[in-house]
Amino acid sequence: MLDRRLPPHAVLVMAALAFVCTASAQASDDRTGALAMQEIAAGIYVHIGAHEEPAAANRGDVANIGFIIGERCVAVVDTGASLAVGQALRAALRTVTPLPVCFVINTHVHPDHILGNAAFRDDHPTFVGHARLPAAMAAKGPIYQRALARDIGPAAEGSELIAPDQTVVERSELDLGGRVLQLRAWKTAHTDNDLTVFDRATGTLWLSDLLFAERIPVLDGSIRGWLAAIDELSALPARYVVPGHGSLNLPWPQALAPQRAYLATLAADIRQALAEGRTLARTVETAAAAERGKWLLFDAYNRRNAAAAFAELEWE
Amino acid sequence: MNATVRAFLACTLLMAGALVQAEPRKASPAETAAIESSEIWAKIQAQLFGQRKIDPNTDSLIEFDVPARADDAAVVPVSLRTRMTATPERFVSRLYLIIDKNPSPISAVFSFTPDSGRADIETRVRVEQYTPIRAIAELNTGELYMAARFIKASGGCSAPAGKDAEAALANIGKMRLRVDPEVRFNEPNLVQLMVSHPNTSGLSMDQVSRLYAPAYYVRSVAVSYGGKPVFSADVDFSISENPHFRFYFLPRTPGELKAEVLDTQDKSFVARLAVGERSASAAPATDAR
Repeated sequence: MLDRRLPPHAVLVMAALAFVCTASAQASDDRTGALAMQEIAAGIYVHIGAHEEPAAANRGDVANIGFIIGERCVAVVDTGASLAVGQALRAALRTVTPLPVCFVINTHVHPDHILGNAAFRDDHPTFVGHARLPAAMAAKGPIYQRALARDIGPAAEGSELIAPDQTVVERSELDLGGRVLQLRAWKTAHTDNDLTVFDRATGTLWLSDLLFAERIPVLDGSIRGWLAAIDELSALPARYVVPGHGSLNLPWPQALAPQRAYLATLAADIRQALAEGRTLARTVETAAAAERGKWLLFDAYNRRNAAAAFAELEWE
Repeated sequence: MNATVRAFLACTLLMAGALVQAEPRKASPAETAAIESSEIWAKIQAQLFGQRKIDPNTDSLIEFDVPARADDAAVVPVSLRTRMTATPERFVSRLYLIIDKNPSPISAVFSFTPDSGRADIETRVRVEQYTPIRAIAELNTGELYMAARFIKASGGCSAPAGKDAEAALANIGKMRLRVDPEVRFNEPNLVQLMVSHPNTSGLSMDQVSRLYAPAYYVRSVAVSYGGKPVFSADVDFSISENPHFRFYFLPRTPGELKAEVLDTQDKSFVARLAVGERSASAAPATDAR
């Protein structure tokens, strides 16, 4: 579905790239050092991150990031976990369009989405995020940088925190020239600073980490808030959905179902444990065990999710 | 192999597994060396106990349960139980929790009386680095016993407060004080006390202002029953956000359980619970300033 206002040569370039990109392995760079991108809708490019923990081998390329091209300029959506990944994203962007980068949108504070920001500094974009993103970055940023250096080694070099210039309290719009993006700031769910992007031209809903697919969701906000957000999201119309981690060709709103099941099971198991007077230490060993076979990286994150949910639900 | 034999083997394996899990994990040689040769501990020992002898007979008196590796360094569950029948002549009066490599190693001092019923405490702590962690029991007679473990965790103290900044600010001082409604007189009964509080260390730097956020944490907890002390704690930011304590009290007649919490801004928060008249239900917390 092509926007008829896009110049014809851009269409040809995009078509050619779409062919090249779908033919090549998603996670690896081509010889120019550019990230492999998928054009999921006209002018919307997404790179699928690996379902791995950040490590030297992947340089922190573990989240879905990308960009959206308007007539006047480009909006980047998340920049990866390191300067290196941000630079590879920028290189991919430059193979597709010469238009200036006017916005860098960070969908939330987690390091795999924000630590490539410095790659775009010289483009002088407006950095955009949730109204609570600056405080979250100030509070957690240094910890993330130290963890990054420890996890990915020298590839972390130059990875800087760049806080948003412009923040979204509830809703906002960004005009890329003939293309308007609708931004929405959510109440505490995955984190306390989640932002989603909706492109009306293509009906693309970029959910980032409000949606995880294949890889276990990470709870760093509120389990009740996230379940409420899922209910609201499922009523939103969308033609294409971009999760923060996982495949791009997901049916909507069915894409939400596995994540809702995981969070609902976790909440139910924890409420049961609380009713039985069980301690935190015992509960995290078994909560949501039924979900283990359904998610990658389950053992890396489930206990932490259970502890977070326990500390929240014990106040009910 | 028939079904009965299979079931028997399965049961045996399960029991063996359970038994294995009940044993405290043995520290590795390197960890044992770290526990025994800790300079920080030598200084703290001298500071708290002078030349007094500490029985390192680790697990005979104290059942000390900590994870070998923390899932979340800012919320590490620890459990200290003392295996001793208290008498008015000889009882555990204090439990010290020392986390050698935390910025504030003397993480908590818990005090008990004969009205505590049991000198047991469970709480959640922050752990800043891989470190020895120690539980020292002091009896009213002056005897000292220590159990030590090694815990792998990092970043718990310099990690900033939690997951929902606005909710945390809105809820400071709210408390939950819970006791099993089926109270048993003349026996130890479990109490759960929770305080909503950021309990921040002042060690995380605000990147915008380049200033360290001021430390703001709970510094003491005092719990009494019928006007008599049953549990108190001198604590600091080594306790996790939203301090959580499980301990015991020994009621002989119906009465009121009262918990008072004091923080570093000299704010005090009080919760009261009527016990034993009918089903114990949590009275709403009151803020006392």
